[in-house]
Amino acid sequence: MGKPTGFLEFGRELPKKRDPQARINDYNELYEDFGKDKIQKQAARCMDCGVPFCHSGCPLGNIIPEFNDAVYEQDWEEAARILFSTNNFPEFTGRICPAPCESACVLGINKPPVTIEEIEKSIAEVAFEKGYVRAKTPAVRTGKKVAVVGSGPAGLAAAAQLNSAGHSVTVFERADKIGGLLRYGIPDFKLEKWVVDRRIKVMEEEGVEFMTNANVGENIPVKDLNRSFDAIVLTGGSTIARNLNIPGRDLKGVHFAMEFLTQQNGRVSGKTFAPEAEIWATDKHVVVIGGGDTGSDCVGTSNRHGAKSVTQIEVMAKPPQVRDSSTPWPNWPMQLRTSTSHEEGCDRNWAISTKEFIGDETGKLTALKIAQMDFCVIQPGEKPKFQEVPGTEKVIPCDLALLAIGFVHPQHQGMLEELGVELDERGNVKCNAMHQTSVPKVFAAGDMRRGQSLVVWAISEGREAARHVDTFLMGETKLEAKDISMLSAVVGA
Amino acid sequence: MSEQAQPGLYHPSFEHDSCGIGFVAHLKGRKSHDIVKDALHMLARMEHRGACGCETNTGDGAGILIQVPHEFFVDECLKLGIKLPPYGQYGVGLVFFPQDEKLREECRDILNRNIEKLGMQLLGYRKVPTYNGEIGESALRVEPVMEHVFVKRPDLITNLDEFERKLYVLRNYTTRLVRESVALPNINDAFYIATLSYKTIVYKGQFTTSQVRSYFPDLQHKNVVSALAVVHSRFSTNTFPSFRLAQPFRYIAHNGEINTVKGNTNWMSAAEASLSSKYFTREELDMILPVCDLTQSDSANLDNVVELLTLTGRSLPQVMMMLIPEAWDGNNHMNETKRAFYEYHAALMEPWDGPASISFTDGKIVGATLDRNGLRPSRYLVTNDDKVIMASEAGVLEVDPAKVIKKGRLQPGKMFIADLEQGRIISDEEVKEDICSRQPYQEWLKNKIRLKDLPEPLGAFHEPGQQALLKHQQAYGYTSEDLKVIISEMAETGKEPLGSMGTDTPLAILSDQSQHFSSYFKQLFAQVTNPPIDPIRERMVMSLTSYVGGGLNLLEESPLHCRMVELHQPILTKKELEKIRFLDQSYFQTKTIYTYFRADGQPGSLERALKRICQYAADAVEDGFSIILLSDRSLDSSHAPIPSLLATAAVHHHLMRRGLRGKVGIVVEAGDVWEVHHFATLISYGASAINPYLVFDTIQDLKNKGKLNPELSLDKLFYNYIKSISDGLLKVFSKMGISTMQSYHGAQIFEALGISKDVIDKYFCRTVTRIGGLSLDDIAKEALVKHKLAYPDKFVPNPKLEVGGIYQWKRRGEFHLFNPQTIHLLQHATKTNDYSVYKKYAKLVNDQGEKACTLRSLLKFKAGNSIPLSEVEPVENIFKRFATGAMSFGSISYEAHTTLAIAMNRIGGKSNCGEGGEDEIRFERKPNGDWERSAIKQVASGRFGVTSYYLANADELQIKMAQGAKPGEGGQLPGHKVDEWIGRVRHSTPGVGLISPPPHHDIYSIEDLAQLIFDLKNSNPKARINVKLVSEAGVGTVAAGVTKAFADVVLISGYDGGTGASPISSIKHAGLPWELGLAEAHQTLVRNKLRSRIVVQADGQMKTGRDLAIAALLGAEEWGVATAALVTSGCIMMRKCHLNTCPVGVATQNKELRALFTGKPEHVVNLFHFLAEELREVMAELGFRTINEMVGQVDRLEMRKDLTNWKHKLIDLSAVLHKEPADAGVGIYNQEAQQHALEAVLDVDLIRAAQPALENAEKVTGEYRITNTDRATGTMLSYEISKKFKGVGLPIGTLQFKFTGSAGQSFGAFAAPGIQFELEGEANDYFGKGLSGGHLTLYPPKAATFPASENIIAGNVALYGATAGEAYIRGQAGERFAVRNSGAKAVVEGVGDHGCEYMTGGMVVVLGETGRNFAAGMSGGIAFVYNPVSSFAERCNREMVEFDDLDAEDITELKRLIRNHFEKTGSAVAEGILGDWDNALLHFIKVMPSDYKLVLQKQKELKRVGITNLEVAVNG
Repeated sequence: MGKPTGFLEFGRELPKKRDPQARINDYNELYEDFGKDKIQKQAARCMDCGVPFCHSGCPLGNIIPEFNDAVYEQDWEEAARILFSTNNFPEFTGRICPAPCESACVLGINKPPVTIEEIEKSIAEVAFEKGYVRAKTPAVRTGKKVAVVGSGPAGLAAAAQLNSAGHSVTVFERADKIGGLLRYGIPDFKLEKWVVDRRIKVMEEEGVEFMTNANVGENIPVKDLNRSFDAIVLTGGSTIARNLNIPGRDLKGVHFAMEFLTQQNGRVSGKTFAPEAEIWATDKHVVVIGGGDTGSDCVGTSNRHGAKSVTQIEVMAKPPQVRDSSTPWPNWPMQLRTSTSHEEGCDRNWAISTKEFIGDETGKLTALKIAQMDFCVIQPGEKPKFQEVPGTEKVIPCDLALLAIGFVHPQHQGMLEELGVELDERGNVKCNAMHQTSVPKVFAAGDMRRGQSLVVWAISEGREAARHVDTFLMGETKLEAKDISMLSAVVGA
Repeated sequence: MSEQAQPGLYHPSFEHDSCGIGFVAHLKGRKSHDIVKDALHMLARMEHRGACGCETNTGDGAGILIQVPHEFFVDECLKLGIKLPPYGQYGVGLVFFPQDEKLREECRDILNRNIEKLGMQLLGYRKVPTYNGEIGESALRVEPVMEHVFVKRPDLITNLDEFERKLYVLRNYTTRLVRESVALPNINDAFYIATLSYKTIVYKGQFTTSQVRSYFPDLQHKNVVSALAVVHSRFSTNTFPSFRLAQPFRYIAHNGEINTVKGNTNWMSAAEASLSSKYFTREELDMILPVCDLTQSDSANLDNVVELLTLTGRSLPQVMMMLIPEAWDGNNHMNETKRAFYEYHAALMEPWDGPASISFTDGKIVGATLDRNGLRPSRYLVTNDDKVIMASEAGVLEVDPAKVIKKGRLQPGKMFIADLEQGRIISDEEVKEDICSRQPYQEWLKNKIRLKDLPEPLGAFHEPGQQALLKHQQAYGYTSEDLKVIISEMAETGKEPLGSMGTDTPLAILSDQSQHFSSYFKQLFAQVTNPPIDPIRERMVMSLTSYVGGGLNLLEESPLHCRMVELHQPILTKKELEKIRFLDQSYFQTKTIYTYFRADGQPGSLERALKRICQYAADAVEDGFSIILLSDRSLDSSHAPIPSLLATAAVHHHLMRRGLRGKVGIVVEAGDVWEVHHFATLISYGASAINPYLVFDTIQDLKNKGKLNPELSLDKLFYNYIKSISDGLLKVFSKMGISTMQSYHGAQIFEALGISKDVIDKYFCRTVTRIGGLSLDDIAKEALVKHKLAYPDKFVPNPKLEVGGIYQWKRRGEFHLFNPQTIHLLQHATKTNDYSVYKKYAKLVNDQGEKACTLRSLLKFKAGNSIPLSEVEPVENIFKRFATGAMSFGSISYEAHTTLAIAMNRIGGKSNCGEGGEDEIRFERKPNGDWERSAIKQVASGRFGVTSYYLANADELQIKMAQGAKPGEGGQLPGHKVDEWIGRVRHSTPGVGLISPPPHHDIYSIEDLAQLIFDLKNSNPKARINVKLVSEAGVGTVAAGVTKAFADVVLISGYDGGTGASPISSIKHAGLPWELGLAEAHQTLVRNKLRSRIVVQADGQMKTGRDLAIAALLGAEEWGVATAALVTSGCIMMRKCHLNTCPVGVATQNKELRALFTGKPEHVVNLFHFLAEELREVMAELGFRTINEMVGQVDRLEMRKDLTNWKHKLIDLSAVLHKEPADAGVGIYNQEAQQHALEAVLDVDLIRAAQPALENAEKVTGEYRITNTDRATGTMLSYEISKKFKGVGLPIGTLQFKFTGSAGQSFGAFAAPGIQFELEGEANDYFGKGLSGGHLTLYPPKAATFPASENIIAGNVALYGATAGEAYIRGQAGERFAVRNSGAKAVVEGVGDHGCEYMTGGMVVVLGETGRNFAAGMSGGIAFVYNPVSSFAERCNREMVEFDDLDAEDITELKRLIRNHFEKTGSAVAEGILGDWDNALLHFIKVMPSDYKLVLQKQKELKRVGITNLEVAVNG
C-alpha cells in the first residue's frame, strides 16, 4: 500500500458542491472539479486492510484497496484495469451509488471513511480522458447470438460481458433511447446523460447492437426472439410502481415519481411533450410521498422547477442522526441521510401517513390529509407495527403529489406472460442459482429478478448472469466471477 | 527400534536424546581401577542430566567405555575353562542376545559361523554377571541376555589395526545377517554387539546413571583397570526402552543432536557405491555396508561413520574435523592451511550439523570436540598427578584444588586430546596443524571450479514478451499478490516481507484453489532438543557455500576430489546458469533434462514423465555427466511443467536408489520458484542450485512498467531479490539449528501434509506424511488448473493474474475463516451479549463444508449417550481451563492488554503477559476489584523484564519454546516502538531496539530445559510451569521429554497462531496444525504412562466451542484463545501490527490510535461464556458431564462422510483418531502433581537461616558447602524476598552467605536485592542468570595454585537476562557471558565467544581475553575490555557497536568496579591494573552500541534544557 500512515495524516475531503441556490437553476452535475493531488491524498487514506470490508461490502466486489493504491501511486492505467475488471460502468456507480463500500470501510469505524466513490469516479473519468477505455472487439466470435431485453444497468452489463466473450449481442429497449433507469430514472444533476451516451458509443464500437423503440412482446414478437437467439437475458427492471390506494388517488396532480422524473429527463435532452401531459412543479405546493432516493430526486427536480414549497413525507419514523446500534458497522447503517436535493430546500416529515388526496371540484388536487403515526416496540425480525396518533390528523396544501414509495415487480403483461417464465412469490422472474428462468434459454438479471435495488446490484446481476449464459452456450466460462477464482476450477475431475 | 507400522502418530524416528558425557583418563596411560571408579562416580553425579520414565528406576540409558581389562578377563575366563591368549591376540565383545533361548542360539550360531568364515577362532562365551534388582520394570521387560564373546586373532594377522578391522567386519556382517534371518520383529534391539574390539569394551544399558555400577559387578572388580573411561548418561524422549541406544558407542559418546541426520545418512548411502579402500577387500566392504542404520539414533549413525572413516586410514581427530568442522567459511582469522583443509573436505562431505559435544577415543587417545557454535558445555581439568577429567559440568568429581594445574573448557569448534601413548595433552592448534599439513590441500583446491572464472556462456534465453510472460506467470501459478507482496517487496528492500496475525486460510490439501506443490510441505524447526540459531547475529557460523558435481571415493583423498563447481549461494542468475549449462571442462559437463508432462489430464501422464526424467538422469550419470540441469522451460499448450520440487526429488531419490547420486550434482531451472519456502524445499530435496528465471523476468517486467522504485537499477533489484532469498534460506536453516547449506542440502527438513504415502515413499522417501493425500494424478490435476489458465481450451480473454488472497482477504481469493462476516458477527455477538448471534458466527466457522480450512472441519462428533445440558458441569468450572494467548505489552497496546487480563481475572481464567515483562503497577488489584495482573508470566528467549518479582507474581510460568507463527525464530522490537513505558517494563532504554534471540540461551537440549523448569519452580514454587511447543512431527516425543523434565503443563500450539510480526513464509509454511501435534502428544504421553503427570493445553485459531470440544477429545484439558479474543476487543484483522498503525488501537503504541480502542472486558467475558456454553452443548450431546471425562475420548470423533470436495476425500485422519490403548490404572488426563523435589534443595536451609532478614530485614550471615548437584541456589530465597519486599527487595548485603565447592547450574539465578553470595570454588552454566539485584562473588579455592585469570571458573551463559545487581568473577567465564543483560554490572577476567550478545543495558568489564563475536546484537549497555595485546578489535562484532574513549564518568565507575573486584576476590589482575592505573587505562576499550549512544546523548541534551519527557527523546 502506498502510505501506511495516510489515514492519520489526511482527513476526508470531497469535491465542493455548487451553491444550492445557484445549482437549482440548471440540471448540471453539482460537484466542482477535484484535483488529482487531492484524490491521491484521499486514496492515501486507504489502510489496505487485511480484511477489506469495503471489498466485501461492494455488491460488485470491486477490489478497492488495490485501485486506491494504484491511484496513490498515480498509476491510473493500473487503477483503471483493476476497477474495470469488476465493474463495467464505474462512471455510473462513481456518480450515483449510495456506496455501501464506504459504510463498510474499516476507517469508518472511528473516522470518516475513505472517499471510495469519488476515487472510483476519478479513475473512470481519467480512464476515458486518457483513452484507457476504448472499444475492445473480441478477437473471435463464437457465432452465438444473445438477446438482452432492457437497456438499464443490468442489461448493459450483461451485454458488455457477453460481447467480450465473443457472442453477438442485441439489446432491445422499448424507450426511444438506450439506458433505462440511467437514462430516464436518474435526474441529470446526478448523472448527466452524456455519460451514458459515451458508454453506449463504446459498446456499439465493440459490436453490441442496440435496438430502441423495440418493445418485446409488443412490437417485437416473443417468438421472433426465441427463434433468432441462442439465449435471452431479461433485464427489464422492476417497473410497476407501488401505488397508494387511498381516496382521491385519481385526482389530477397525483403522479408516480417516475412519470415526473422521466419527463424531466426527456425535457433536458430536448424532448417535448403535449401540454396536457406535462407535469410541472412550478409554483406549486409539492408533496413528495416517500423518503427514499427517488423521493429525493423528486425534491431536487421540484426545486429546479421552482415549486412554491416542497414537502416530503415518510411513513417510517425519523432515523437516528448517527448509525443505529441495530445496524452496526460494517452494515448499511440505518441513519438519517440528507441528500444534495434536501440541501436545496425541503420540509421533511417522518412518521406520517397519507390518508386522503383532497381535490377541488375540477378534480384537481389541492390538499393532503395526513396524520402522525406511532410505532409500537418491534421485535427483531417482525414487521414494524404502527398506528395513528389520535388527534393528529391535519390537512396540508398540495398541488402536486408525487408517489415515490417503490416498485412492486416487473411488468407481467406482454413479454413475461408470452415467454411463460415462472414468477416468484413477489412477482419477480423466478430463476435458479444460474440466473436461468423456467424456460431454459431464458435468463434474467437485475431488478426484474431480484426486485427493486441499486444500480450497483444491477450491474453485478448483469455480470453474473452473463457468466451463466456463457456457460450455457459454451460449456464453460472464463468471464470474471465475483467470488470464484479461476484457480479453483477443477480440471478433468 | 522396530519400524513396524504405527497406528497412531508416534513414530520411533521422532525420538531425541541428549545427555551428560565425560571421561577420566590418566595422561601417562597408567591403568587403574580408580579411573573406572571415578568415571562411574562422575556418571552418578550427572543424574540430573539424564531422565527417567514413568518409573523412577528406569533410566533412559547410561554406560561406560574402558580399555579391555585383560588381567580381569584372563582370570574370569580361566574359571570358565577358556584360556585367553595374550593381550592383542584376541578380541572381546559385549553381545546383547535375545531373552528367548531358541532365538538366542540362532543368533549365536550365526556369530559363530561368521567367526569361522572370517578366519578367526571362537575362544568362548562368558555370561556377563548382572544384577537387575534395581532396574525398573520397563527396562526389565526388554533386558537382553548379555555375554562376552572372545575371538582369537588369526595367526596370519600380525597387525593389530588389521585385526581390529577384521573384528569390525565380523560385527557388522553378523548384525546384518542376524537381522535378515532371525524372525523376531524387534531383532534390532534384541541382538546387538555393543563393542567387539581387542582394545576397548563398553558396558551399557537402559539404566539410570547410578545403576551402571550395580548392574555390572564386573565394574566393581578391582582388576577391572583402565587408563581411560568414557561415560554417558542419556536423557531421551523415547517410548520403548532400548538397551542398544545407550551410549557410549564404539568410538564416541555424543551429547547433542544431528539435525541433518536424514540428509547425512542419505549422502552416506549415496557415497557407498563409490567406496573402495586398500584396507578392505571388495568382499569385506560389501559385508560392512550399509554403514548407516536408519533404525538407530542420529548419534549411533555418527558413530558408525566415524568408525568407517577411522578404520579406513584417517586418524580419529581428522575424522572429527571432517564431520564436525569449525566455522571456516568467511572466517578470516583462520590460517590458510586449516581453511584449505576444511574447504577441501567440504567438497568431500557435508557437516553432520547440530549441537554436539563429543568425547571420542580409540583406546589410545581420548579427546573431545565441540560443534562450531559451542552449544554444549564441556569443562575439563588436569591435575598435577596426570589425571584428566572432562565432563559436561564442573565439579562432578571431587578434586583437591591444590592438585589442579589447569581448568578449561572446550571452545566452539575446538578439540582437546589426551594422547596416552605420548603421555601428554595435545592442543587444538597442534593437532589440527599436524593434520592440515599432511596433504597440500591448498594446492589441490586449485581444481575447484569457480563460476566467475568460467567463460561467457555460449547462448542465452531471450526475455519473453508481455503476452508470453503473462502466460508463463499463469502457468506457473503466480498471483498478483505474489508479484506485489513478495517479489516486488524483496526486489525493492532486499528483505523478506513481514506479516502479522496468524494464518486462517485452508491447508493446501483442503484448499479448493490450485496450490503450489511446495505448500504441501511444512518446515520443521528446532524446539527443546536442540537450539535454533540466530542467522543474523551469529552469521559467522552460517554458510551458504556448496559444491556441485560428482563425488569420488570417500575413503581416499586426491587432488581431484575437489573438482566441483563452487557456489557461494544457491540462487543462480540467468548468466550463471548459462555458464553451468555450457560448462565443458575435461570430464565435467552438464546435461539438461526437460521436466514436462503431457497436459492431457489422463491418468499416468505425470508418472510416465517422471519415469522418463529419472531414466534420462540415470543415463546421463552413466554417460559421465557431472551435473544434471532440470529445466522446466518446455512449456506449450500440450505440455505442462512438472512441479519442480517433484521433479527434483524424484531424480534425487531415483539416483540415490541406483547408487548414482553421489556422482552428480543437481541444478534446477524453474519457473515455479519465487518464495523462500520454494527454494528451501528444492534444496532440502536435492537441488544444489536454482535459477528462478521467471522471477527475474517478472522483476524486469515490473521495472519496465514503472512499478518498482525507479532509483534502483535492474541489477540492484536482482541483487536485492537474491539477497532476500539467501537471508531467508539462512533463516529456514537456522530455525532447525542447521548452519550450512551443505548440511541442509538433501536433509529433508519437512513434514508432508496432504501427500499420499505412495508418492512420498517413491519420491520423498523418509519424509513424514501422516494424513495421506494427493496421488501423482491428483498432483497433475492441480498443476493442470494453472496450465489451463495460460492455455485455455477455447478462446477467452484472461489478461490478468489471479488475486491470491492469502495475505489479504479477497472475494476471489483464498478462503479465510476470519472474514468480513465472521468478524462482524463475533464482534456484534460479544458486544450485545447475544448468544444467538454468536451461534450464527459459530455456524459459519464450524460448518466449513466445501471451504474447509482446518483438519478439524473434516471431523464430526459421534452422536449418542446424550444427557440433559443441566447435568454438564457449569461454565464456571470450564472458565478456569481458559487462557488467552501470549501477547506482549509492546505488540499490543496497554488498553488491549489489560482488557484481556481483567476479563480473564473476572472469570478465573488466565491471561498471558507475553514476552516483554509486566508493569508492576498491575500486580495490585484495583479498588473496584478488577485485576490487571496476568496470571501467566511468559519466559521467552529475550527475558525482557523477567525479574524475581515478576516471576513471583504469577500463577503460571510459561517457557515459550516456539511460537506458531514463526517457530524457531527470534524477534525484534524496533527502537521506535520502545517508548518510555515499554522501555521501563522491559528494563531497557527507550528508543533502543530490542532483539529476542531465536533460542533460549539456557536451553540447548532437553536436560537444559529441565534445568530451566527447575530454576523457575524455585523462583515461584506455587506457579505451574508450562512449556509451550509448536506442533510438528515428533512433538509428542518432545512433550514426553518435557513431562520427564517435570513441567506441569505442556502447550501444543498450532502453526496458525497469531503474531505481531513474522516473515510471511514462516507464518504460512512453518509448523503444523495442532490437531496433529495434540493427538501425537496425547498418544505418546499415554503410551509412556506420562499423561497423568501433566496438563495438556492446546491453542492456535481456537474460535468456537466446537474447536474446544475437538481439542478435548484429542487430548487437551485446557485451551488458549487469542485471535478470537482480540477480535472481540475490536481487532478487525488489519494484519498491520508490525506497522504500528492499527486503526482500532489494539496492536499499536500510537497514542492517537490507542485512544480509539473500544474493547471492554465484558465483551471478552461474553466470548468465553459463549465458548463454554457451546462446548457444554457438545458435552451434553456426547454425554460427558465433565471435561475430565472427555479428555482423550477420541473414539467419539469420526471423519465426516458427506465430504464432496475431491481433495478432502483423499485425507485419512485415522492416525489422528487413533486411541492409544491404556491399562485401567493409566491416567489419560492430568491426575497427579509432578514431584519437583524442592524440599531437598539447599535453599530450604538458606530460607530457614534467613528468617530474621525475611521477617525483620535483619542482617544474616552463613557458610555452606556446595556441590554440582546444588542447583539454582538462592532462587527460592529470592522468591521469599520478592513476595514480601516486592521489587525493591532488601538493602544490599542483608543476607550474606558464603559457599565453598563447585556450585551446580544457575547459581544465584534471579537473586533478589539484598542477597550477597560469595562462592569459593567454581560455578557451572547460568551463573547469575536473571540476576535481579543480588550481588555475587566468585573466586577459586584459596588452596589452588593455578593462576586464576588463565583458568575457567564459570560456565556458559552467565548473567543471561540479568536486570540488576553486581557480579565479580575471578577467572574466565564461558561462551555468551552476560547475554541479554539489561542491568547487571559484572567484572570477569576473560570470556568465551559471543560475549555481551544482545545486551541492552548494564555494564561488563572484561579484564582478559574475549572470544569471537563479542557484542553481536548488543543494543544497549557498555562493555569495557582490557586489551593490552590489542587483538580485541577483530573479535568484536561491530555491526551495532562502536569503540569510544572513556569519559570521566566512565573512569570513575570502571575504577569502582575494579576496586570492588579486587577487594571481593583478591584478583591479581585487578591488583595489577589498579597499581598501574594511568597506564592500564590506556588499554581499556569502551564498547558502546551506536543507537544507545545516540539515545543517551539526546537524553542528556534534553536534561540540560530541562525536558524530562523521554518520549520526546524517542520520537522527536
